[in-house]
Amino acid sequence: MTSTVVEPIPAGFGREIGGRLRDWVPAILVFFVAIALWEGVTTLFDVETFLLPKPSDIAQAFWDDKGTLWDYGLYTFKEAAGGFALGSSFGILMALFLARFRALGSALLPFAIAANAIPIIAFAPITNNWFGLLNPFSKMAIAAVLCFFPVMVNTLRGLTSVDVRSIELMRSYGAGELQTFRSVRIPSSLPFMFTGLKVAAVLSMIGAIVGEYFGGPTNALGVSILNDTQLFNFPRAWAGIVLASAFGIVFYGAVALAERLTTSWHPSSRGFRGE
Amino acid sequence: MTAVAVETRQARIVPALGRLATFVLVVAVLWGAWEGYKWLWETMGWTWPFVVDDTTMPHIHDILNAFREPITAGGPALIHPLLAAAWFTAKEALAGFALGAIFGFALAVVLVHSRLLERGLLPYVVASQTVPILAIAPMVVIGLGSKGVEGWKAVSVLAAYLTFFPVAINSLRGLKSADPRAFELMDSYAASSWSVLWRLRVPASLPYLFTALKISATAAVIGAIIGETPASIQEGLGGAIVNFNQYYSLQPTALWATNIVCAVLGLVLFGLVALTERLVLRRAPEHVA
Amino acid sequence: MTEPAAAVVSIQGLTKSFRTGVTALENIDLEVAPREFVSLIGPSGCGKSTLLRIIGDLVTPSSGTIRVNGKTAHQARVDHDYGIVFQDAVLFDWRTVSKNVSLPLELLGWERARRKQRVAELLELVELTGFESSRPWQLSGGMQQRVSIARALSFDPALLLMDEPFGALDEMTRERLNLELLGIWEKAESTIVFVTHSIPEAVFLSTRVVVMSPRPGRISETIEVDLPYPRNAMTHEEPRFFELVTAVREALAAGHGGRAARDTAPAAEER
Repeated sequence: MTSTVVEPIPAGFGREIGGRLRDWVPAILVFFVAIALWEGVTTLFDVETFLLPKPSDIAQAFWDDKGTLWDYGLYTFKEAAGGFALGSSFGILMALFLARFRALGSALLPFAIAANAIPIIAFAPITNNWFGLLNPFSKMAIAAVLCFFPVMVNTLRGLTSVDVRSIELMRSYGAGELQTFRSVRIPSSLPFMFTGLKVAAVLSMIGAIVGEYFGGPTNALGVSILNDTQLFNFPRAWAGIVLASAFGIVFYGAVALAERLTTSWHPSSRGFRGE
Repeated sequence: MTAVAVETRQARIVPALGRLATFVLVVAVLWGAWEGYKWLWETMGWTWPFVVDDTTMPHIHDILNAFREPITAGGPALIHPLLAAAWFTAKEALAGFALGAIFGFALAVVLVHSRLLERGLLPYVVASQTVPILAIAPMVVIGLGSKGVEGWKAVSVLAAYLTFFPVAINSLRGLKSADPRAFELMDSYAASSWSVLWRLRVPASLPYLFTALKISATAAVIGAIIGETPASIQEGLGGAIVNFNQYYSLQPTALWATNIVCAVLGLVLFGLVALTERLVLRRAPEHVA
Repeated sequence: MTEPAAAVVSIQGLTKSFRTGVTALENIDLEVAPREFVSLIGPSGCGKSTLLRIIGDLVTPSSGTIRVNGKTAHQARVDHDYGIVFQDAVLFDWRTVSKNVSLPLELLGWERARRKQRVAELLELVELTGFESSRPWQLSGGMQQRVSIARALSFDPALLLMDEPFGALDEMTRERLNLELLGIWEKAESTIVFVTHSIPEAVFLSTRVVVMSPRPGRISETIEVDLPYPRNAMTHEEPRFFELVTAVREALAAGHGGRAARDTAPAAEER
């Protein structure tokens, strides 16, 4: 899907554009120009706003059904959040286990990375058969598996890419494995773990929505979007998509915020010395 | 000279054998876990998290046998239509992947030479990563389909989209990633922008490019499969999933077999990109614990 | 006999101020004659690296004049009149040693056969024959620097600019490379402008040591090094060597009001 080790929004991206407001002007300009152009061209030339409706139409469709769409969105978000919690916890536990038993970890890591190449979402019909089409857990299971691998791979990378010298320092104190884990490996793995969690946050929402495309209850956002699409009600379908994106972004932001709060000491990706 | 050559070949065979052994072991463990879970749940009659029987969890050997059985009376063994479907999906994915990668890289080259364009466009390129493209898949395929665009073309467009943005973002990063002193060095040679691009920026960008390509290869396959499903594009794996899903209670093994083929397809394409990376790149190893 | 040749580098009244208001260099006058080995030494921030980059047209001066090889610095750069060596070897990881050395030759459009031959000559000069297919990370720091030097000499420039090339290396490798550099300088018949932190290194290598004062960088003193060439390991132990090192140290201290002595690297004999 999106990524195992590449962040959707690269860290320092803001710095790449520039710190001053002036630097963002071209981007802001592009945004307004694009919106205005789209509205203008479609109104002026009466182009059939087929696949991509006018922004005003999308906004209108959302407004008309905001109550329903919001409820649907919440339902799907719960599936995503549940899958995220489940998959990420297992991912972290597995990473801790594999970091402790290194030989096992290095043997299995290539498989975990390769596992990400498997179209997990294609298993949605199977989870539907297991748990029942209408059971939210069928989608939660997909989201959980989608979240498991990025979180596990990234956390494992973080736990095992500590600067050699930090480990030597701990050994010189006579610290055991557990101590070393607690004092050095775990803190220095946090940035990596959060990278994985951010990826998982985005994937979980996508997993829930796309999983619902294979079937689900009518009060699910994915089902609603698919229905609207098949009925060619594109403005409403897009409204659903925008809502789904919004949930995904907010979820991502929440994880990013948690990251900022817990890792405000900005370690280098190679590890962190001391407490 | 020959002694050294023989030695290095041996040095590479041993870890390769180790890899193979681990692979076989992992597969064996998973197989055992599957059959063990099935046996335990069926014997104990547990129903959480889901009921276990031959429909929800067919025996692995039954699934493997399904490849050899025909799906329709007197028809070819299942593996044949599945492979044909896999090839169909693969072509869609590869077409989109190639297009998306080329244009993505081209965009990165343009952006690295124009700060203004970079500032104007990059935020949107990055923001598009947060848009659930897969969620739009049905819309694109169904929508374009009703306009007469053949299904597979719409799916390729999807795959291209899924490839374009990660490749553009990562390539841009890579093109900028060279040591500032290397740029000074090229300045000292009064090298042209073109030379700097080809001899410094592009080689420096390759590791970043391949990271994106590995991700995109997978995304393209998944995008192709998902894109096929809502429109039931019959010839591809997505269509096969929809088909066999309908008859799941009658013949669960067919759907499982299809999913295995999907998994293999994803792995094969990922593997091809990883292999290409191995051949093209030879970089310094990292020093970490 | 030989006519008095034109200066390779000729700088008058050069000043460099950055937009941040920092004046890196003030009123620099410097002449470098052909085949000289001139070291620029001074405390951190005295602008010596900036001066080197101005000579290489990688930084533009705020005022004053500079001629390199009888042309503007810009023209000299475009005409490939100098080669530059940094403190980091700045080798391209994705190229072998030979291809790293031949990089400037490729840019100059030399054909393959000619490049190959030149690379072979250069690797012999820096004593790295046999490492043609090695990759940068397979070499030690000292070896990487030798590749960097070979690359800088590849198109036989009149002038070699070196920015603390041995600064990142250990003392023993440094001394060995100093000797090698003198050998290369003699064989290639080049002119060298050399930036360094190390007083013994400056004295050991140069015909002339230019001492700079801390920011804003000015030339506080120029010391002629009259030690005979060829120099060798024994030169370090000659009385005249100690005298010159002391002279440089005092010049640095004078330029810095006494603090300079602590700012620069201690001489070998003090350890």
